[in-house]
Amino acid sequence: MNELLQQLSDAVGVASSEKEVRLLLRDLIADHVDEWRVDSMGNLLAVKRGSGDGDLRVMVDAHMDEVGMMITDIDSDGTLKFDTVGGIADETLLGKSVQVGPKKITGVIGARPIHLLKGDQRNSVVKGDSMRIDIGASKKENASAKVKVGQTATFLTSYQESGRVAMGKALDNRAGCAALVELLRRDPYPFDLHAAFTVQEEVGLRGAQVAAYAIQPDVALVLECTPAYDLPNKRDISPNVWLGQGPSLYVMDAGTIQDPRFVRHIMRTAQNNDIPFQVRQPGGGGTNTGAIQRVHGGVVAATIATPARYIHAPTSMINLDDFDNVVRLAEAVLRDLRRDLFER
Amino acid sequence: MKTFDLLQKLTEVAGPSGLEDAVRETIAEEWRPLADELVVDRMGNLLAIKHGTAEEGDGDGAPRLLLAAHMDEIALMVKAICHYPEGEADEQAYGFLQVTNVGGVDVRHLYGQTVTVHGRRTLPGIIGALPKSMLPDLSSSKVYGFDELVVDVGLPLAELRDVVAVGDFISFRQPLRKLLNDRVSGKAVDNRASVAAVTRALEFLQERRHAWDVVAVATIQEETRLLGAFTSAFAQRPDVAVAIDVTFAKGPGVKDNHLFEMDDGPTVGMGPNVHPGVMKKLQEAAEALEMKVHLEPHTRGSGTDAFGLQIARDGIPTGLISIPIRYMHTMVETVAIADIERAGRLLGEFAARLNGSFLEDIAREMMDERE
Repeated sequence: MNELLQQLSDAVGVASSEKEVRLLLRDLIADHVDEWRVDSMGNLLAVKRGSGDGDLRVMVDAHMDEVGMMITDIDSDGTLKFDTVGGIADETLLGKSVQVGPKKITGVIGARPIHLLKGDQRNSVVKGDSMRIDIGASKKENASAKVKVGQTATFLTSYQESGRVAMGKALDNRAGCAALVELLRRDPYPFDLHAAFTVQEEVGLRGAQVAAYAIQPDVALVLECTPAYDLPNKRDISPNVWLGQGPSLYVMDAGTIQDPRFVRHIMRTAQNNDIPFQVRQPGGGGTNTGAIQRVHGGVVAATIATPARYIHAPTSMINLDDFDNVVRLAEAVLRDLRRDLFER
Repeated sequence: MKTFDLLQKLTEVAGPSGLEDAVRETIAEEWRPLADELVVDRMGNLLAIKHGTAEEGDGDGAPRLLLAAHMDEIALMVKAICHYPEGEADEQAYGFLQVTNVGGVDVRHLYGQTVTVHGRRTLPGIIGALPKSMLPDLSSSKVYGFDELVVDVGLPLAELRDVVAVGDFISFRQPLRKLLNDRVSGKAVDNRASVAAVTRALEFLQERRHAWDVVAVATIQEETRLLGAFTSAFAQRPDVAVAIDVTFAKGPGVKDNHLFEMDDGPTVGMGPNVHPGVMKKLQEAAEALEMKVHLEPHTRGSGTDAFGLQIARDGIPTGLISIPIRYMHTMVETVAIADIERAGRLLGEFAARLNGSFLEDIAREMMDERE
């Protein structure tokens, strides 16, 4: 069992309520960095001093928040009205167990039973605003003693491994966080490494924006978890990335063209070290790279991601070899970073 | 054992309709110390027989009461093993399972659930699908159906084919969770809540003298065809039968006035599936316990084992007790522990009150001109 992934996946940190994950990460890295601080947004920013005389300012980012829900009202019958925080499709919510607020009150999201539905209702999407979280309360006062409006909730899922895959909630992006923790636990790099565990990626890349401003890096590497669409389909839609085929490199997405010089360096490093990789097919989506590369006068930035199926759902799945290779590749890329790689 | 612990043990074990072996063994552990005989019949029904004190009159033995709670649960079954892209798969390609339903599965709840695949070994899996943006044939107002959903166990195709075959069962995987007010939520509360109630009734009868033989049966394949009710009632030839199942509680999405509050007592069924005399005696048992029960009219078939029990052989006077639950046929079926305990006491009291004139009393009900 990969304990790092387990701890981080099971921890709760919906965008804007990342404290539990922040504290866990602080504990995980404190002995391996020279200094750390928390900024006004809640980003955990750490510095691991370099061994050599490298003059590059290098930032490695991994967002620590996850998608979830926020309680918006408590009904007279004690059930909780909620809205989603970050992108969760309505039909992902039905029939799921959730944990609400800092006390992790257990709740469930049900619906009118299929027996009481007619015709089309049986396969129609139930809208999220008609769903309620049921914590077992019998009336409003009973519920409001346990849960407050504005508290966040997330899926109640336990991390597990089976063969070479891991299944758990919030692997987007605790897989990235775990990879960054691993990098910090290795020997010092030739330059000071600025690690940024950032908040609020799922609601608009907001933590990374200010972290990058503060760190003012020359180069930024973003560690992410990217959706794998390698499922059977009647039509021939090419998947973006595949589980088990290695770290996924971004080239272009809805928010960025990744710095081609940096992407080239990553690919060359992978080839030199016999690490498999795959280029994520260009298209939609986005990572913190989009926010980081435009601060100050611009930052050379690129993304390495662990492929995951079923992100933004109660249980996502990654391949553990992919995860290990993300750590290997990121470390090799960092150790070979030189200013001349980015000269025009 | 506390009722929560009992229900946890009973719900967390797998028992798809047609693959009840594991759940049967779990129930047998609970019933063995409470019964004089424990029998598994040729269809797979589990029977716990507790003898009553009635004199053996004409050699037929004491009259017998059958308490029937189905032990099976809705589930999925492997329909095909597939991979992407179609055609020759390279050895690294992942395999996926296409599935179909066993019993009345509510597809709206399936995406994102965790499951156990019962292959040559059991495998944990996730129910997944491509994003809708990649499925242009699927209307955005429609949920994923069995054409889009796959079960993913994270195994390469060749290994998957070694372990899993078409026709293998897939059960839902969900721990029983505690909510507030002694309410709990999990899978297969339909109908393990009733199995727990019958267990409580058998315990109740350890302390109470009862004249009739009591035969508790955990039936198979209720969710598909009521198979266990028909077969066990035929074989056991009871004088009276009571089915115990779950019914609809009010809650989110269910405001219907005619349905039932949770934690407010079980329901006593009435209507075509129920013998009016048995119904009345169940109400009397509740009165004796000063327990609140609600009459539940079933205008057509009750959708329970009572439907099968009633017409076994030349007809069996049949009653029905139901425990209100929320979110029936989902992985978050929610029940109040107290309702299970109430149903158990009610069944025990009903059984203990059965006497020599019972059958005549309820027969008279059919010809009572006073109403």
